[in-house]
Amino acid sequence: MTGDRTVEDLLRTFAPQVLGLLVRRHGQFDRCEDAVQEALLAAATQWPGQGVPDNPRAWLLTVATRRLTDEWRSESARRDRELAVARREPAYAGVVPAADAEPAVPADDDTLTLLFLCCHPALPGSAQVALTLRAVGGLSTAQIARAHLVPEATMSQRIRRAKQRIEAAGARFTMPGPAERDERLGTVLRVLYLIFNEGYTASSGPDLRRAELTGEAIRLARILRGLLPDDGEVTGLLALMLLTDAHRAARVGPDGELVPLAEQDRSRWDAAAIAEGVALITEALTWSPPGPYQLQAAIAAVHAEASTAAETDWRQIVALYRLLARIAPNPMVTLNQAVAVAMVDGPRAGLALLTPLDLDERTAGHHRLAAVRGHLLELAGDVGAAREAYLAAARGTTSRPEQRYLEVRAARLTG
Amino acid sequence: MLLIWNRPGFTEELSEQDRTALFGEVDEIMKELTETGELIGGQALANPSQTLTVRLVDGNPEVLDGPFMESKEQFAGYLAVDCDSPQRAAEIAARWPDVRYGGAMEVRPIMDEAGTEM
Repeated sequence: MTGDRTVEDLLRTFAPQVLGLLVRRHGQFDRCEDAVQEALLAAATQWPGQGVPDNPRAWLLTVATRRLTDEWRSESARRDRELAVARREPAYAGVVPAADAEPAVPADDDTLTLLFLCCHPALPGSAQVALTLRAVGGLSTAQIARAHLVPEATMSQRIRRAKQRIEAAGARFTMPGPAERDERLGTVLRVLYLIFNEGYTASSGPDLRRAELTGEAIRLARILRGLLPDDGEVTGLLALMLLTDAHRAARVGPDGELVPLAEQDRSRWDAAAIAEGVALITEALTWSPPGPYQLQAAIAAVHAEASTAAETDWRQIVALYRLLARIAPNPMVTLNQAVAVAMVDGPRAGLALLTPLDLDERTAGHHRLAAVRGHLLELAGDVGAAREAYLAAARGTTSRPEQRYLEVRAARLTG
Repeated sequence: MLLIWNRPGFTEELSEQDRTALFGEVDEIMKELTETGELIGGQALANPSQTLTVRLVDGNPEVLDGPFMESKEQFAGYLAVDCDSPQRAAEIAARWPDVRYGGAMEVRPIMDEAGTEM
């Protein structure tokens, strides 16, 4: 079995590199991707029996290139094809180097460029996520569909359309310039965090399979950090994911119910993941200007370092939230900040922070606002109002575990 | 989830032409939703005259035959779609032809088994 794992690891490492190289040479993302999938399939069937070739990346590249050229040859007249391609996809003119040209940049850069291409701004968020998982993550369409709880046909359509939109947008397979690169990197980080959260918000039971998304997001963030070690936000995001995922075993109770942070059994937190996350964020903050992911990781690190909920350094958390609210103002940040402020200055101070959120269309009527309000009202001893708030939150959520949790909270306040 | 409510059998009263047009519209919307990848699934329900209703009568479950009153709106079927927003779901619902013939579409989110950390 360890042999199989090695093959799978190799394939997942090399697949994005080979795909990146092919797309850069030939354009036509869609066809290159099909060719790489076929090469992967050939490798997965041949390597375990015949042994892994000396240079697995070159092997994959050769097989995929052959598939690609076979397909082209089998098409009608070569001239017709070239004319048609030139008419349809003028954006590719000039980005297709001679077939024997050596790549000008190391292969690892292709993974990064591929990541930037999959997070192309012409794509809606859901398509960016799906394409990243498929092209960079190497997950099959069936796996991605299962993780998103949609039929495979739906997901394959979504991926197909995403590829077409990239072609239509005339995406050049080159690294964007410095200004655009920063902007695109922001999208890449957001997509990775989205993938992580899609996996992490899943509870136990039938959704356990979504844990593969969490693992995949962490794996991709590690790759990204390897490629961009000087970016503090990349390191911050990896740290944030590790520190959050460390709660996994403790956040769901035996019956699938959500266990809030304050009540989690901290001995079940993943100590290794916490140690790595804390080390990463501590180090990053010494040389990088703090960005939103780093600050969120720092907050998670403060939580992680307290051996009990009561020992949490809430003052430090309030300070970090204040900074976060200044750099990246967002009502959801205010919501979390209110909880921290309540722990330092009392529940009424926290409740006061919530008042403006009733007027913000992003949070007015949102179940998270009602849930936090319920919690702070309960701390303030206003049992009746707390109960009302919990019930309002329970009606507003579309998450079954959250609904259960909120109804239990409300019921505890009765009688 | 888009719940389709209409008056059972209303299509029987339509002219051949209107009926063909109606089914054509439905096919077109379904095709479009398949292409956008938004369609998850859907089912039409049989006429309410084929309904069985289970109720507790004197502490025992009893199965009663339909039909329900056919003059009012009945639940006729559903579409499950995966949309970016409730507004988009409502937009799809507004195009469903039953609405034009006095029916109604009810748009309701589906509960999820996932939950965030609180």
